[in-house]
Amino acid sequence: MSLEEPESDILATEEQVGVSEGEVDYDELAALLGDTVIDRERHVNAEGFVVRPDEVQDALFALRNEAGFDHCSCVTAQEYDDRYESIYHLKKYDDPTQEVSVVVPTSKDDPVSQSAEPVYRTADWHEREAYDLVGIDYEGHPDMRRILLPETWQGHPLSQDFSGEEPQVVTLREHANPLQEDHRGQDDTDTMFLNIGPHHPATHGVLHIETVLDGEQVADLDPDIGYLHRCEEQMCQQGTYRHQIMPYPDRWDYISAGILNEWAYARAAEDLADIEVPEYAQVVRTMSAELCRIASHMLAVSTFALDIYGDFTALFMYGIRDREAVQNILEDLTGQRLMFNYLRLGGVAWDLPEPREEFFEKIRDFVDELPERLAEYHDMMTSNEILQMRTVDTGVLPPEEAKSYGATGPVARGSGIDYDLRRDDPYGYYDQLDWDVVTEDGCDNFARLLVRLREVEESARIIEQCVDLLEDWPEDEREIQSNVPRTLRPDPDTEIYRAVEGAKGELGIYMRSDGTDKPARFKIRSPCFSNLQTLPVMSEGEYIPDMIASLGSLDIVLGEVDR
Amino acid sequence: MSSDHTPTADGTETQSTQEARLGEGADDRFNSTLREAFGSTPFILTKFDKFMNWVRGSSMFMLQFGIACCSIEMMHTYAVKHDLDRFGAGVPRASPRQADVIIVPGTIVSKFAPRMKRVYDQMPEPKFVVSMGSCTISGGPFQEGYNVIKGAEEVIPVDIHVPGCPPRPEALVYGVAKLQERIANGESAPVTVKPYELEQFGDLEQDELVDKLADDIDEEDLVMRYNWSDSP
Repeated sequence: MSLEEPESDILATEEQVGVSEGEVDYDELAALLGDTVIDRERHVNAEGFVVRPDEVQDALFALRNEAGFDHCSCVTAQEYDDRYESIYHLKKYDDPTQEVSVVVPTSKDDPVSQSAEPVYRTADWHEREAYDLVGIDYEGHPDMRRILLPETWQGHPLSQDFSGEEPQVVTLREHANPLQEDHRGQDDTDTMFLNIGPHHPATHGVLHIETVLDGEQVADLDPDIGYLHRCEEQMCQQGTYRHQIMPYPDRWDYISAGILNEWAYARAAEDLADIEVPEYAQVVRTMSAELCRIASHMLAVSTFALDIYGDFTALFMYGIRDREAVQNILEDLTGQRLMFNYLRLGGVAWDLPEPREEFFEKIRDFVDELPERLAEYHDMMTSNEILQMRTVDTGVLPPEEAKSYGATGPVARGSGIDYDLRRDDPYGYYDQLDWDVVTEDGCDNFARLLVRLREVEESARIIEQCVDLLEDWPEDEREIQSNVPRTLRPDPDTEIYRAVEGAKGELGIYMRSDGTDKPARFKIRSPCFSNLQTLPVMSEGEYIPDMIASLGSLDIVLGEVDR
Repeated sequence: MSSDHTPTADGTETQSTQEARLGEGADDRFNSTLREAFGSTPFILTKFDKFMNWVRGSSMFMLQFGIACCSIEMMHTYAVKHDLDRFGAGVPRASPRQADVIIVPGTIVSKFAPRMKRVYDQMPEPKFVVSMGSCTISGGPFQEGYNVIKGAEEVIPVDIHVPGCPPRPEALVYGVAKLQERIANGESAPVTVKPYELEQFGDLEQDELVDKLADDIDEEDLVMRYNWSDSP
């Protein structure tokens, strides 16, 4: 890897609290937290400090300010037989392998816990989701209400006493218009209320944004999500590790990012059950995942053109044309155009299609043509004055805000945050290959577009190297799967949180095993869920069309936001 | 001002523009293949209804409506390579007021169903529904989800079901072509009775059934039935 890490030297010289020789020193962290720690737990990925529910903020402030854990990756809530529990999964943007969990148990009869929102802004939505699905109440949270389910919903579906038998009635009357009837402020006629979505072409799916306008400018907005909450976590909790979960990740981020998502589950489950993956399978995984990334970015770029100047005729069609090429390759490999279901725990489903030469030639043709096609995109988009006027310096997301909201992926890298799990927390075959992490310092819509276009180039580089490797791979060493038992039963009470770099950013999975062949808790950390939270910051004071541009540059996919 | 039939200096009559354009043997212009096909008279006799059905089927305006995974394949169907426009059903309309076909591409959940009903109600009659993917048939892979509606027919009547998860663009093209065929044959949207309703409505004639179901709908306050233990 030719990846220089400019800050690593500085880090090495002045070591942070709780770090010794590049590893997290949990004893030192425990000393830092002092009396707030009442117990310690050991998860597969990191150690967890058990904290009293009224001292959450003290512990998190100490870990953030003094130990440098600036990335609240995920908040998991779950119910045990005797308690509720919230887990804050903390990481560092500089080195995501340094992790720590803060575990907050609360009692069954009064599940109230202190909110982490003042420490990490991203906890806002995560805690609302925990309240909505599990039923933990967070004290001091600025806006404690349901986030995914309708306001009229009865009960908390992932809690133990929820009964799916009771009918839930959703009336149109209660959901007719969530804003004021005449869409105007009471005394101030400059104040207007506007619903955008949930059925609107520019919202990239079923997102509803409640907007407050001051004249033409956005004064405030509140993304209202949950229109595609199709119980992905429940589905995974009902499935067995070995085979029944794998089809679902394809449907989280459904913009052809299937294999990237499958890898998130595969990585977490393989680490949980201690399964090795053969090297050959890792190369195949890396190659197919990067093909998915190209397909996903192509759609992001082409729909962004659609959002900016309604270009349905040229750029959108170019994007779809290139996606068709990728999908053809992936169809040859997996047999499916969109929902691949190709990875298996311990490897991949089957070997490359025969004749292999033809398959490799197809990939090479695609990769060889790609620079020419990207030049086309650059001619028509990035060097287009209209697009530049619309996107440069609009939707500005400063790096500190991005970190506080837990933004990852192209959104973070467009704000100059050098964070890519493929390099920083290596998995698969990425650390053996020669490629670069793309960052842009613009922090605006244009920078995020540039990051995506340049990432396509990097993905093509990775694919080329993988094809080279696969071509020369000795025929008798093509091991596609390791030996995995038919039924997996990880040891009871093992917990893991693992993430991979999905198309939109850090896609993490939390799993807790209870000794059966199904996970007791399956929590998905979706990158879009965190990225979407930055929308109010990006669009305050902007015009509506610039807000739409920001939304397009975030590249959210609602299947992943709502899960 | 007319310059028709103005005698010129040498006494010949000039042609009118129309005559000049028609040239010799003006009748040939009307002797189209159509006229050959229909005999001496240039008229086609048909029922107005039948004509309208043919028109409707041949020029369908789809609603631009994306829900979930299937909408990605739907976009591919509209775009290059598959190009739904070839079948006279091409350019999606962004407003339900301009659309007469709605493709329902994805999982419908409790929060979205009232909105979809609202969009459907805003479309002018006659309107048709193509449900795309397993989720809109039965809930698909998410059928057991606490929040998932078990098929689009719980909310709006459906003309054509296209199964698949997701269906390939070719399958959607086939579904749309089938819909065009049905419309051209004058088959309208059926009233759907859920299997669990058969007991309640089974003895009614088709007409009575339509009336009965129509009476049940309170337009001011549409309540979506969502009771998954009763659902099939």
